[in-house]
Amino acid sequence: MKPLRISHYTVTSALGLGRAAHAAALSAERTGLAPQAFDGCTLATFTGTAPDVDAVKLRAGDEAWDCRNNRLALLGLQQDGFLDVARDACARYGSGRVGVFMGTSTSGLHETELAYRDRSVDGALPAWYDYVHTHSPCSSAHFVQQVVGARGPAHVTSTACSSSAKVFASAHRAMRAGLCDAAIVGGVDSLCLLTLYGFNALQLVSPEPCRPADAKRNGISIGEAAGYALVEWPESAARGALVLGYGESSDAHHMSAPEPEGRGAHAAMAAALERAGLAPSDIDYINLHGTATRANDASEDKAVMALFGAATPCSSTKGWTGHTLGAAGIVEAALSLLAIDQGVAPRSLNTIEKDPALQANVLLQARPQRMHRVLSNSFGFGGSNCSLVLGAES
Amino acid sequence: MKPTLYVESVGIAAPGLPDWPRSIAALAGAAPYQPQPLEAYSPTLLPPNERRRVTQVVRLAFRSSEDALARSSIPAAALATVFASSEGDTDVVHRINVALAQSARSLSPTDFHNSVHNAPAGYWSIAVGSKQPSTSLAAFDGTFAAALNEAAALALGDGLDVLATTYDMAMTPALALKRPIPEPFASALVLTRQRTARTIAALSLAETQEPLTVIHDPALEALRRCNPSARALPLLRMLARRASGTVHLPAGGSSLSVTVAA
Repeated sequence: MKPLRISHYTVTSALGLGRAAHAAALSAERTGLAPQAFDGCTLATFTGTAPDVDAVKLRAGDEAWDCRNNRLALLGLQQDGFLDVARDACARYGSGRVGVFMGTSTSGLHETELAYRDRSVDGALPAWYDYVHTHSPCSSAHFVQQVVGARGPAHVTSTACSSSAKVFASAHRAMRAGLCDAAIVGGVDSLCLLTLYGFNALQLVSPEPCRPADAKRNGISIGEAAGYALVEWPESAARGALVLGYGESSDAHHMSAPEPEGRGAHAAMAAALERAGLAPSDIDYINLHGTATRANDASEDKAVMALFGAATPCSSTKGWTGHTLGAAGIVEAALSLLAIDQGVAPRSLNTIEKDPALQANVLLQARPQRMHRVLSNSFGFGGSNCSLVLGAES
Repeated sequence: MKPTLYVESVGIAAPGLPDWPRSIAALAGAAPYQPQPLEAYSPTLLPPNERRRVTQVVRLAFRSSEDALARSSIPAAALATVFASSEGDTDVVHRINVALAQSARSLSPTDFHNSVHNAPAGYWSIAVGSKQPSTSLAAFDGTFAAALNEAAALALGDGLDVLATTYDMAMTPALALKRPIPEPFASALVLTRQRTARTIAALSLAETQEPLTVIHDPALEALRRCNPSARALPLLRMLARRASGTVHLPAGGSSLSVTVAA
């Protein structure tokens, strides 16, 4: 496929605000996970909580959008000068020619959680609660449009944990179809009780910091994050890494468990390589979905082994950020781009003893090496799979 | 010439519009539109144990999708899918939030996995065995236009035939004051890259600033306005009449011009 240029990008998560904080945490092998203290939640687990989200103030006139998810969305937009770059793109292309494609799983659902605690005796929701601007699934895409001033096509992709990987595919499709000339793609998902108690109900939440690929892994740590990329055609933007390929597939297996043989994951990775015109041996590093559940890591390992064999270095970065759900795709694209810049394949943080049943080349030590082309995996509930192939600038 | 994609079949589910064959007359203006409530529906493609358990929103999405599939030549497993909904499953949202507002905060695992916006897409891929790409979107009142754009780009750019289903259930009562959606509405289109023996119309899409197409029949216009997924109605009426022409559908700040060649 014709590559997309990532002319600018940013990420905000438990590792801090913006790219420098993430690069530093990668180098220092410092996790962002900490014992959770979210809104009276009593579960013994660790979360990746983004800093200062509660203190974010929306602009005057934007108050209707105010909720944890849009505060995090704004905090993310304000890092690395991304907001200025995005507004500049609107000026260059015309605001109607810049698309906005956001991935989220739970949107502003926490605002609804707060509203339901404040119902009247007859069950009516409080007057302060604005469902449309906070929780309605497209809220974050319209909020980003509002803040940036983009007026092109906009939607939210909500396919659980593959959401903000698939926005790169949506942007490519929309640009190829001539609907827009550039796009702001991103993802934002914020902590809420639904995901904490929901994953707990499925017995998928770890009581300790998650340990991807570890013999004793016992579930996920939930995180929150916001990230964005400005994507343009290569001839329109001189600098920046490339999206070389995307691949999407469906497991057609189960609503909340991966297909055990990893066939859907395999299909997504193979489709991404095919679009990129690359062979498995061209990939220098795989950023795994690697949630640290027993089933995910085993299934993904089979898919990686079947397509790449045991040579290609790989790791999950969820030991740093936690599983940021609908934001995982953009967060892990950003971490992959930082790893390309550093020329270092990150290790699987928190992995003490690799599960002997897993055969892929999961890195237990960071490895300085060629990092020209990286594949990043994002898989979600409902069997929704997406893989991206990212390439260094030259 | 603008890129063209082809409509092979259409499905519908809304008050007074129980399936495509029984809705053509009312949509085409050959019979009065009478909005009787939709009778209950049990998806035929789901295994019997799932049929009983799935939520209203999954039933609604399946109902229109199965209706479209009945007149398609493409095997369901070969179709990529776009499932689009402005609000998703608000019954599940309500149940979960009631549970989380109680001190025990005890959630049903089934409610949790049904809470994802792509639940209908997941059930569909399992039901028909489709491993094709699938995406699930939301774009508020522009949801149908966003789904049509994404489906067209999947067809014309990625070379896939696509089932595009757009659905919104009647808003769960507790949230209906905040986002009034009094009636359910779903439609489904099987869209192909190339003309087939069953093609009923060719579509080309463009972004415009033209005013939105409204419907002169007051009852159908009320339906169009009352549910974000019903913003598809001007296009569906043109397809029912087997007519050629152009409609303008809401697409965020602009409108999507859909030119139909019957």
